[in-house]
Parts: sequence; C-alpha cells; structure tokens
Amino acid sequence: MSILLNKDSRIVVQGFTGGAATFHSKACLEYGSNIVGGVTPGRGGSVHLDRPVFNTVCEAVKKTSADVSLIFVPAPFAADAVLESVDAGIALVICITEGIPVLDMARVKRVILAANRAGNPVRMIGPNCPGVITPGQCKAGIMPAFIHKPGRIGIVSRSGTLTYEAVDQVTKQGLGQSTVIGIGGDPIAGSNFTDILELFEKDPATEAVVMIGEIGGSAEEAAACFFKERMSKPLFGVITGKSAPAGRRMGHAGAIIEGGSGTHAAKVKALREAGVTVIENLSDIGSTVAKALTKSL
Amino acid sequence: MKLLEYESKEIFAAHRIPVPPSGGVIRSLTQLSAALKRAGSGPWVVKAQVLAGGRGKAGGIKLAKTRSEAKDAAQKILGMTLATHQTHGQGLKVREVLIEGGASIEQEFYLAVAMDRQAVAPVVIASAEGGMEIERLAVEKPEAIRRELVDPSTGLPDYAARRLAFSLGIGAQHAAQFCHIVKSLAWIFIEHDCSLAEINPLALTDRGFVALDGKIVIDDNALFRHPELSKRKDLELTAVEAQAKKAGLSYIALDGTIGCMVNGAGLAMGTMDTISLAGGKPANFLDVGGSADEARVAKAFELILKDAKVKAVLVNIFGGIVKCDMIASGILAALKKVKMTVPLVVRLQGTNVDKGREILSQAKVPIITAEDLSEAAQKAVGASR
Repeated sequence: MSILLNKDSRIVVQGFTGGAATFHSKACLEYGSNIVGGVTPGRGGSVHLDRPVFNTVCEAVKKTSADVSLIFVPAPFAADAVLESVDAGIALVICITEGIPVLDMARVKRVILAANRAGNPVRMIGPNCPGVITPGQCKAGIMPAFIHKPGRIGIVSRSGTLTYEAVDQVTKQGLGQSTVIGIGGDPIAGSNFTDILELFEKDPATEAVVMIGEIGGSAEEAAACFFKERMSKPLFGVITGKSAPAGRRMGHAGAIIEGGSGTHAAKVKALREAGVTVIENLSDIGSTVAKALTKSL
Repeated sequence: MKLLEYESKEIFAAHRIPVPPSGGVIRSLTQLSAALKRAGSGPWVVKAQVLAGGRGKAGGIKLAKTRSEAKDAAQKILGMTLATHQTHGQGLKVREVLIEGGASIEQEFYLAVAMDRQAVAPVVIASAEGGMEIERLAVEKPEAIRRELVDPSTGLPDYAARRLAFSLGIGAQHAAQFCHIVKSLAWIFIEHDCSLAEINPLALTDRGFVALDGKIVIDDNALFRHPELSKRKDLELTAVEAQAKKAGLSYIALDGTIGCMVNGAGLAMGTMDTISLAGGKPANFLDVGGSADEARVAKAFELILKDAKVKAVLVNIFGGIVKCDMIASGILAALKKVKMTVPLVVRLQGTNVDKGREILSQAKVPIITAEDLSEAAQKAVGASR
C-alpha cells in the first residue's frame, strides 16, 4: 500500500512533447511508471516516447483510461490544463509547472472544491512542486529516483530539493519511504499538509511522517491542529526560513512573512504544542526519525 | 512588483475612485510651479515617492500652506535619503515627489484587498480606524476589522459591499459612494493580478470619500498578462538583485558574511538556517534554479563575490535535475573568471555526485569539501573567521 500513486496508476502527461516533459517522462518510464499517453494540442495522432499523443485530455482518458495527469504546461496555460484534467474526470492531477498566477490558482482550486462537494473526488498536487513518488512502484514527477527506497516513512514537503535532502537522509538510515509528495511552494496549493496527513494516517504502509514546511501562510499551523486531534502516527516537522527577513519573498511565492504572520517562531510553537517532534537542524532529519522509531519498537 | 503611490492612484482614478487633485510627479524644482498650479489653489501636500510605508514620520511627506512652503518642502524631500521603519535600516533615495491638493478630513478608513490563502479567494479588509497600520490594528483591536470575500472571477457582490458600509457605520448619504469604491478596488485587484490593493487612509471629506494614499503590489507570476508593467523597472530590487533576475537567478542580499549558492528555494532557506545554527550569518539567499547551466553558476559566483562583506562562500547542491558534475565544472569555470579571495566550501550530493567530486578534486584549486549540510555550514563559518 501507499498513498496517491501505485503500480496500477495510469498516467497521461500534459504538454508531453515539450523539452522538460520529454526528459522527465523518459525518466518516469525508466522507473517503471505506467505512462499511457500524452496530450499536446495540435500533435494528436502522433507517437512520442512510444506512447500515443492526443489533442485533448478528454480523448486521452477515453482511449487509455488514464486516471492521473502530470502537467508540464507553461505557466500562462497551466491553470487551464488543470481544469481540462478535472473536466475529463482525472482523479489525481499533479502540476509541476512553476510561476502560475495566484488568482489563476484561486479559480482552479474553487473548481476542485466544487467538484468534491458535488461528489466527484478529484485531488490536485502542486503547482510548483517536484511531484509524487511511491518508491518501487510509480514516479510521477521530476525527483531523482535513485535516492528513494521502498519503506514505511511518508514524506510531505513544500520544497523540492529539501525533499530530496530528507529522502536521502531517511534512505541512508536504512529506512525507506511509503510515498513522497511535494505539495509545492505557492501561496495556494491544490493540496495542503492536512490533506496529505489524513491520507498517511489512513495508509497501513506508512508508519511515521516527515513534514517539511517553511515560513509564510498557515498550512503548518493547520497541520499541527490536525495532528493533535486526528493523528496517531508519529509526525516529525521541519520549518525552514528562520533566518529569512520579513517582507522579502524567498524564492517560493508562498514563503514570505507578511504583517507578522507566517513566522518561523509561530509555526514551531504550534507544532511543539501539538506534540509534533520539531527538527531544528536539517542534517538531523534521518537520524532523528531513525532514533525515534527504534525507541518505539 | 510594488507600484509607487502615484502609479497606484493613476489606476484608482482610471476606475473612478476619487483621488486628491493631482499636480503630478516632479523630478526637479523647476517643475514645481506648474505642478502646484495643476493641484489647485492650496494647501498642498508634498510626498516622497519611494516604496516604503512610514514616509510621514520619516519626513518624506509635508503639508504646505503657501507656495514658498511648498518650495521648501520639495527642496528638502527631493534627493533626500529616506529611512523609515520599513526600509530595514537602509535609506531610499527620493528621486520623485508627488504634488497634490490638500483635503479636509472628517474621518479616516482603512480599505484593502489581499489574497486569503485559506478561503482561496481575495478578501476585502476594512476598518473605520484609518491611518493606523493594519498589522497593529489586527493585534490591538481585531474586532475593528471587517472582512468580505471576493469572487476571483466576478468580484465583490453589491450586497457584500453594502454590508461592509453599514458595519463600518457609514451613513446612508455616503454608502453608495463607498460601495462603488470598494467594488472598484476589488475589481482592480482581479484585473491587475494584485497581491495587494490598499487605500490607507480612505478619507471622508467635505467632498465625499477620497483615497489619500494607495499601494498596489502586482503578483510577479502574472506579469506576462501585463506587458506595460513587465517593461517597468522593479524599484524594489537592488542593482545586484536585478542583475541576478536577468540571469535567471533568485538572489536576495542579506547582511551576513557567508555567501551561499544553492539549488532550490527551500534548500536555500534551509542552508541559511543551518549557517545561523552554526553561529554564522548568511550574506545572501541565492537559488540557481532547476535548469542551471555552467554559465549561470559562473554568474552566481560573480554576484556573490561582488559583496565585499562576504568572508567565505558555501555551495550546497542537491543534484536532482541539476547534475553535480555540471555544477563542479561551472565552479571551475567561474574561478577562472573571478578571482577567489575567500575560502570556498562545497557540498555536493545527488545526481552524478561522484563525477562532480572527482572534477573538483582533480582541479588544482583550494576547495574545502563537506559531506553533509551541517558539516558544510560549520566549515564555512570556521573558514570565515
């Protein structure tokens, strides 16, 4: 078991024939991911990476029964690409694209929330994220596969390379990952920490969870609340951005301290008070998790 | 991208939000008399145009009752270096001054539209306690703040605007005008892809409501939809930051001594934190990005070393898409171009790490290597002393 992705996931890649999409789709295929086709408007009917190319997601779903879409469409068109997937009945939309206007994401997320209320369960991961990987089964994203190892630690993060750092440390401790999810560094994300923690809590293959948050917004505070009320598995929290000055956007559009909210101190406090193990030094992620788990055995 | 007060007011005026009679922006004293004439018969307000709040207290805004007072004020403000509580200890050089007609104020309101991440919608934030900083108000008197959600496609509904007007105690004779202003501000937020559209204060005067000060911040990700703005110089960036942006690097200058070059924003922030934990202070935030190539790495080095405060450089790369051997070659290429006078600590991990380490070890340059982040930070802090 795992969450979101497994060996049966059928992936359609949007923006399939572009440079980045081609490079990463190849890597996903090499990992064994089941990419069943791709979409590039105007290139329908052709074949790319030995997979069929369609003009629309709707057609791709009809012909291939894809249930996951992986989006590499450029930022100005990415919001529409997500909506197209939702419209076509895709259950999991993973958007790698960076730089989507926040208003576009607000509109997209409202459509997704409305679909869920209407009983059409659709989940979005990203944008501006490395994607999702269930080690040993399926990779849908841009993460380097070789650092991962199948195991029982769930990892969820707002950052890309920092996720790799955490994964690598966990693997080097001899532990592995159930599923690793980058939810992205934008102010409005398709899924928040709580959405993912809920899935990990229910997943029998996940024993403990590492959550990598950062300054800005209140997703970490919400996660603290969720942990306290509804989680039984151990949760390890990392919050970056302690040394970032207020009012400056630290690369991620979401990582900004505005009007005194979203500070490192407030997030660490919320997590600690909820009983989450907060890891101060980034180099200690793997060792802290390993130590805590051997103790509990 | 932050807009200056006068730029924000031009947008307000285009949406029929009342602004004070404008004399326009002047860049030298010779333009003053024409500006005063355009702004009416006085009194006038002379306002420094810089991207920082708290201008009044710092001497950047002056009221002038006569022409000679206006001249004195403009003379003082033009060219001054303005340091407010929002400029982080640095001063901003005033190059432009806005001349406006004065207003007789009966009451001041706060009005803004910002993105509410949790509600997944823009939100109007309003208060009858204008002039006061909203952050302070939120702490000291949260009950005075009213909120109404905005639909990101259709704007603020009439009923929500009315509800806001009446809850702020605005009388029936002014409610219609207030509703027009708040609906227009919400629409400006949507149409211009703002992350903030603020009027503070919105003054109730003998001539109705007037937006006395304004601040608009545009979502950088949406600049492709606003070609007129994307050509404009981003006034918030320092010269080095602007240069970095042009090269595809995300760089923010800080006040420490350890220069950093990292791939990925999260890891870059994490590296800064680890340097702090090791007892040092980062000189910058620098993300070389996921599609970094040798040229970009070389450029990053050049920018880091331009900062005279830098006493050591820490390179922290976790290769994913970015390959460690490419980074290593980039470092060596950079070292050929720029003279390295401070210690260099390099930590490589991830894709092609062995090749990368081999390239560095074979090159005859003094590089301190480290296995993990903590070790790298400690070595960099040690080397900087």
